[in-house]
Amino acid sequence: MAVDEISTVRSERIWTYAMVAVAAVMLVAIVHAGIAQHFGTPSNSIETVDPNTLHLAGEFVSENLGTRVGLDGKITTRVVTTQFAFAPDCVVVPQHMQVTLRAASPDVLHGLMIMGTNVNTMVVPGYVSQVHTVFDKTGEMLMPCHEFCGLGHSQMVARVRVVPLEDFQPDEQGRVSCADR
Amino acid sequence: MPTANRLVLAHIWTAFAAFGVAIVLGLWQMWVRSPLAAPLSSAENYFISVTAHGSAMAYVLTTFFIMGFGYFVAESALKTPLPYRGLGWFGFILGILGTVLVVATVLTGKATVMFTFYPPLTATPWFYLGLVMVVVGSWVWCALMLVAMARWKKTHPGQAVPLAMYATTANAVLWLWTTIGVAAELLLVVIPAAFGWTRAVDVGLTRTLFSWTLHAIVYFWLIPAYIAFYTMAPQAAGGRLFSDTMARISFILFLLCGLPVGLHHLFMDPEHSSGFKMVQMMLTVLVAVPTLLTVFTVTASLETAGRLNGGRGLLGWVAALPWKRPMVLATGLSFFMLWFGGFGGLINMSYGMNAMVHNTSWVTAHFHMIFGGSVVIMYFAIAYEIWPQLTGRSPTSLALQRAQLWLWAVGMMVLSLPWHWLGLQGQWRRVAHFDYSDPAIAWWAPWMIASLIGGAMLVVSAAMFIGNLITFHLKLQAAPPVRPMHYAVALHPGARLPSALNGFTLWNVFVLILMAAAYTYPIVQSFIINPPHAVVHRVDRAQ
Repeated sequence: MAVDEISTVRSERIWTYAMVAVAAVMLVAIVHAGIAQHFGTPSNSIETVDPNTLHLAGEFVSENLGTRVGLDGKITTRVVTTQFAFAPDCVVVPQHMQVTLRAASPDVLHGLMIMGTNVNTMVVPGYVSQVHTVFDKTGEMLMPCHEFCGLGHSQMVARVRVVPLEDFQPDEQGRVSCADR
Repeated sequence: MPTANRLVLAHIWTAFAAFGVAIVLGLWQMWVRSPLAAPLSSAENYFISVTAHGSAMAYVLTTFFIMGFGYFVAESALKTPLPYRGLGWFGFILGILGTVLVVATVLTGKATVMFTFYPPLTATPWFYLGLVMVVVGSWVWCALMLVAMARWKKTHPGQAVPLAMYATTANAVLWLWTTIGVAAELLLVVIPAAFGWTRAVDVGLTRTLFSWTLHAIVYFWLIPAYIAFYTMAPQAAGGRLFSDTMARISFILFLLCGLPVGLHHLFMDPEHSSGFKMVQMMLTVLVAVPTLLTVFTVTASLETAGRLNGGRGLLGWVAALPWKRPMVLATGLSFFMLWFGGFGGLINMSYGMNAMVHNTSWVTAHFHMIFGGSVVIMYFAIAYEIWPQLTGRSPTSLALQRAQLWLWAVGMMVLSLPWHWLGLQGQWRRVAHFDYSDPAIAWWAPWMIASLIGGAMLVVSAAMFIGNLITFHLKLQAAPPVRPMHYAVALHPGARLPSALNGFTLWNVFVLILMAAAYTYPIVQSFIINPPHAVVHRVDRAQ
């Protein structure tokens, strides 16, 4: 077989360059998607919150949970993930609007995702998790806990109800909840 | 003549015994999650089983196999007896005692925290101490590999360390670096909490430390498979290794690129900024390179063999390969699964795209395909290759070995392709049972049953594998003349190897620099922002 050492080294070199080029193209695509198209990771600005006083004071007290339209018109949905339920276990969000989901845990590690969307984050006790998203389709979707949090983990599933904007009617405090409808 | 055969057999049989038990647990777990009614189904049993399955496969199968194989390579590649064999037994006994502690604590429900721990959930301290003993046992192995290579170099000045040993030592070096993260997590945070010395833990810090270990550990598992690709498959195919230098560069790249990338497991976490996640994503892209180089070198080596065998034309050499030899067949099947597993891995590491699949069955499918598929099938092939050496007997039936390998590969595809699909559709992980009456979930049922069938195929294949190995010990065959283990030699044995490719000092300096750049701030950050700690949740007592 006529494979001399020079042609061996040459073919290796060509392959190496080609593979480094493949890696470089992937890298550029990922960075472009992450920076230019905002196809990135959740919770860029690191925010801490005390898990032990979550229910006593601050934005995650029970009356502040669920979806709320702020005075500036911004829509924020806050949930608390606990062993073994979401509070609240159903949230309403409008279609085609920017929604900010904020989550925190008073006890152990949890995670959440909304099925059929790219909403996905870990919820780490000590930190606030934040995801921005826009829901394109109306309907009800599951929002399960996707990280092992104890023996009751499998029961920990909430619902997200996406409604057309005209059906998204905040009360005087700017709140919208599943119970209203 | 090797002298450490009993040491090698003790290690590898421990590995495969754990594997044999864990795979049955895996099948039962799939049955519980499927729409079919399974016996003993309860959340408690399920999570005990998942913890046992993960710990046995990820820690016991891998560590003991790699140690046993390392001892074998040290003697057969260096052609000298293993130094300090007694210490090897000491490491083995430490590992066995640790394994017994882990098994006892997990099966009694005192350690249902998965093999990835998840603080602030906290098990009995004896579970973690058992794991620490396994790791310390493996450090003994690392030291013995380093000593064996150093001694050989001293007695063979100017000669290239045989590739199989060079790669094994690379793995020992990699493992020493890798275990720093988990050792720090367990010794500094988790074990003090488990003993009740601290009431609360910094969860972000524990996750960061574990991520240090979490990616490199898979390269620790994978390197034996790559050693077989480079040094055993070309030999079994009747050819030569295309390039010894390229092989060394690939192993060095695994050492360099496998470590500073663990933060890609935390893309969806709130305790790190997008910037550091992106830096480690960029380093992660680089780990594709050594695998792609391996694909080239190993394919070229096999092509050499196929052409020597009379293969003609662009692809005629593929048909001319001796596929009836288990090592060649396993390499082909492993490469096939590596394409799927590698593709899945590229999706996982793609930063924002990770949100689509994080903590879904896609990830479970990915690591079953790439570890259970590509890597473990090579563990089987390595066992088939070295068992005649260890026992002095020839195999009773190569056809049974081939059937076992085929069943494993097909079973792994049937198991994991439905998981990939369901994960993409949003099936989440680590759940003991799904509510199939929910219309959003009901359509999963046939996919779950399909993948359960794949699991059953894997259990049958595992039983065949263990049966195939046992036949060596039954002395069914007359003892053939023992031919020494022969590793593939390079097509063009290099005239003189640069000393950098014959040692690890330079590469250790690079690893240190890379790890300092990748991990100093993510770890120190915990002490700068000093996040509120989370109260320890004991899983082995009522709260």
